[in-house]
Amino acid sequence: MIALSDYLILGGLLFAIAVAGIFLNRKNLILLLMCVELMLLAVNMNFVAFSHFLGDMTGQVFVFFILTVAAAEAAIGLAILVVLFRNRRTINVEDLDALKG
Amino acid sequence: MAEKLIFYILAVITLWASVMVITRKNPVHSVLFLVLAFVTSAGLWVLLEAEFLGIVLILVYVGAVMVLFLFVVMMLDIDLATIRAGFVQNLPLAGLIAAIMAVEILLIVGPGNFGLDAFPKPEPLGAEVSNTRELGLLLYSVYIYPVEIAAVILLLAIVAAIRLTLRRRPDTKFIDPAQQVRVRKGPDRVRLVKMAAEDVAPVVDKGDAQ
Repeated sequence: MIALSDYLILGGLLFAIAVAGIFLNRKNLILLLMCVELMLLAVNMNFVAFSHFLGDMTGQVFVFFILTVAAAEAAIGLAILVVLFRNRRTINVEDLDALKG
Repeated sequence: MAEKLIFYILAVITLWASVMVITRKNPVHSVLFLVLAFVTSAGLWVLLEAEFLGIVLILVYVGAVMVLFLFVVMMLDIDLATIRAGFVQNLPLAGLIAAIMAVEILLIVGPGNFGLDAFPKPEPLGAEVSNTRELGLLLYSVYIYPVEIAAVILLLAIVAAIRLTLRRRPDTKFIDPAQQVRVRKGPDRVRLVKMAAEDVAPVVDKGDAQ
């Protein structure tokens, strides 16, 4: 039978891959956003697995809200990206230093 | 046994697709592999008896968010050469950190702590149990205020995204309906002028000139 640990390991590996992706594609803003989506997927996987094995629906409710917030975040993030590209003609993270931080 | 086989097939596809997401040169391919990762994850969630969320993941995530990503990726004209610079020299550090993180997570969530002994497999639910109904009952009773807040967040996303990307081109020609409605009868409209009739012009006989 499939144990809870199998799902948790899958979630952990997904999260680690997403972290590696953030390091690898440090310059590409779109890929950074996609790696964040992958991280959220890993977290959601854990929530659903615990919800199933503990027999508690609350985990699925949390996944529902995470999906909502992630969709809003993606929409606003991509809108900012489009405006940024329109003004600067680049999405290279290292060129976006207007704030001199 | 079949369940186990399905789990491993879906898990391997999910991991492979996510590795492809972070290593592809072309961002369009990355988005498509992310779609694959989401679809297989939806399959895993259905395996976990979370049918509603599996369907929502495909409908909302693959159908809306990923298509939005695809639109943006295709719309922007990205210079791939500069954006890929530093990929190779970041690879060892990225691999090291990801490996350390994965090992740490595996040490904790491995079969020792979360195996079948600690969390036995629950009895499969019968066909009469509706996951959607259960989730809906919970959402609209206990979690009604969070649902309203989520609705406000979505509204906020709509307003913010539209406001950010809206721009008025100076050279477009358009009609302002408000101005048209506001026209007053006296000075703005066409006015008919009364004039006295003039005399008929004298007929010039062309024959006289010669």
